[in-house]
Amino acid sequence: MFDPETLIRKGLPKGHFKDRIVRTLLSGVTYSIVLIAALLFGKIVVDGAPVLFKAEAPFVDLEFLTAKNETLHVFDDEKGNRYQLPASQYSAYVVKNGAEAIFNEQTYSYSGGGIIGPIAGTALLTIGSMMLALFFGVSAAIYLSEYAKQSPFIHAVRLAILNLAGIPSIVFGLFGFSVFVLIVPVITQDPSDRSILTIPLMISDYVISFQGWSSSLMAGCATLACMILPVIITASEESLRAVPQGFRDASLAMGATRWQTIRKCVLPFSLPGILTSSLLAITRVAGETAPIMFTAAVAAKDDLPWEGVDGPLDVLSSQVQALPYHIYTLAARIPNSEYTQRAQYGSVFVFLVLVAILSLGSVILRSKLRSKLKW
Amino acid sequence: MQDHSVVIQELDFRYGSSPALKNINLEIPAHGVTAFIGPSGCGKSTLLRCINRMNDEIAIAKITRGSIHINGIDIHDRSVDVVKLRRDVGMVFQKSNPFPRSIYENVAYGIRLRGEKNKAVIDQSVQEALEAAALWDEAKDRLDESALGLSGGQQQRLCIARTLAVKPQIVLMDEPCSALDPIATAKVEDLIFQLKSDYTFVIVTHSMQQAARVSDKTAFFYMGELIEFGDTARIFSNPTVKKTEEYITGRFG
Repeated sequence: MFDPETLIRKGLPKGHFKDRIVRTLLSGVTYSIVLIAALLFGKIVVDGAPVLFKAEAPFVDLEFLTAKNETLHVFDDEKGNRYQLPASQYSAYVVKNGAEAIFNEQTYSYSGGGIIGPIAGTALLTIGSMMLALFFGVSAAIYLSEYAKQSPFIHAVRLAILNLAGIPSIVFGLFGFSVFVLIVPVITQDPSDRSILTIPLMISDYVISFQGWSSSLMAGCATLACMILPVIITASEESLRAVPQGFRDASLAMGATRWQTIRKCVLPFSLPGILTSSLLAITRVAGETAPIMFTAAVAAKDDLPWEGVDGPLDVLSSQVQALPYHIYTLAARIPNSEYTQRAQYGSVFVFLVLVAILSLGSVILRSKLRSKLKW
Repeated sequence: MQDHSVVIQELDFRYGSSPALKNINLEIPAHGVTAFIGPSGCGKSTLLRCINRMNDEIAIAKITRGSIHINGIDIHDRSVDVVKLRRDVGMVFQKSNPFPRSIYENVAYGIRLRGEKNKAVIDQSVQEALEAAALWDEAKDRLDESALGLSGGQQQRLCIARTLAVKPQIVLMDEPCSALDPIATAKVEDLIFQLKSDYTFVIVTHSMQQAARVSDKTAFFYMGELIEFGDTARIFSNPTVKKTEEYITGRFG
């Protein structure tokens, strides 16, 4: 009755080959993605690393990181030696040897010198927008998660915020341009001609003028902050919700007010999550080109953001260079040749290293803070 | 009306559209232990949470009729500060929920909430609270260690210490021993017994043995209604309502 031949099937199971094929296919797709990533990073590292790193001490080409951006002049001298000099050294060379010593001259904009301008601009944009986004985002998240009653209206608000995260960054760029650059009010003594509305303040001749901040660091920060807000809000809310309800109950039952409870029993324990997600948001803010294209970024600027200004407000209302925009300019707006590669791949490599450091930082920060807070 | 007693009159309570408590009339005497028993979902925890208005935190929860007076004061009156009410009416939860901080910080939390800044006073109060919760001897050498390193029973006693540190008059306990083993349970029950001359305890429990052991009065709830209330000894030996008898003899629930 129990014939072992029928109980234990011999040979390959039914569908064996199909299973093998599916498995091969899926693993192939997975590894091809890895291959793409490897090629991408490989290309940038192979071409970019030599720009930044040197064989001799201090092993890093500090000049590339700390020098200002300049036009690159490529030329031969009378003996046929090829020179690649940034504009400042080029003019010194011309002064020394005379203009007749230059042969076959070619110039490449933005390709000489270093990238301190874009680095500084990106740093300022990132810091400014993260400060704005964290303040507004965490405040909104606290309201949504701790104060708001879970009504249909709040659900709609939450949905709207989530949807905001899906909007392409170029749309945020246009939004920032039309709102922060052109409309938002400023207090000034001499309103611009394109001011939409001016309201006298009755204090000497100051007026509130709806003329926008024009293309400036603060318009860029505000636009980037808007773009990153939904990410910060959603992540912060999740971190807040991850704090066990028991902590809130216990705190409230001991006679703490709502705000005391949030400040002492909820925020400290959700901070790791908020910080981690913010660090990831930083990499996005630092990397976006589209939102700053019309609102803050400029392709070339002789001064660093803090040079030749009359104070912090002047820094905020001036344009800056930015790394992603610089990369875009180098890649798309000037003729490519072997001489422009140094600046192009160097910038991309520096940018990638920055992003990698920030991501690594978020991972380390998370694991450190997590190990401290367990429940 | 006795001192510190809770008087509940004609209380109706709803979660959204479903009624959770119906016409509850109950007088909880001061300086004693009152146990709420009944099957799951009978409303005993809900009623407990009404006494310090923890249900305020639940959006859909609503008292639709009746009142709760503590020391003759209607706790739902607009002049009553819910924060002050909760300092007088402490609560220990079913799941021990110490903050992931040091033992000392857990107990000091409530003291600091009062605005106490003097370190010596806080130290003193922490010690008193831990002594009252019979945790001082076990915890005095590790006050700076994480509260999460304590055993389950110690954690629950820490939560009790934390509640006592606020110096409440009434302590509400929502199944404080449901997650504890018999030894830890015995310790908590001992504690209640030691403290009941100083505090008014209201304890929700699933264990009828526990109700019989620790309480002076017992209230039996069923389907959102108070079925029977009286001295514990009488309820367990001579219940007047058939439903109570069926429950305590284990015929349902």
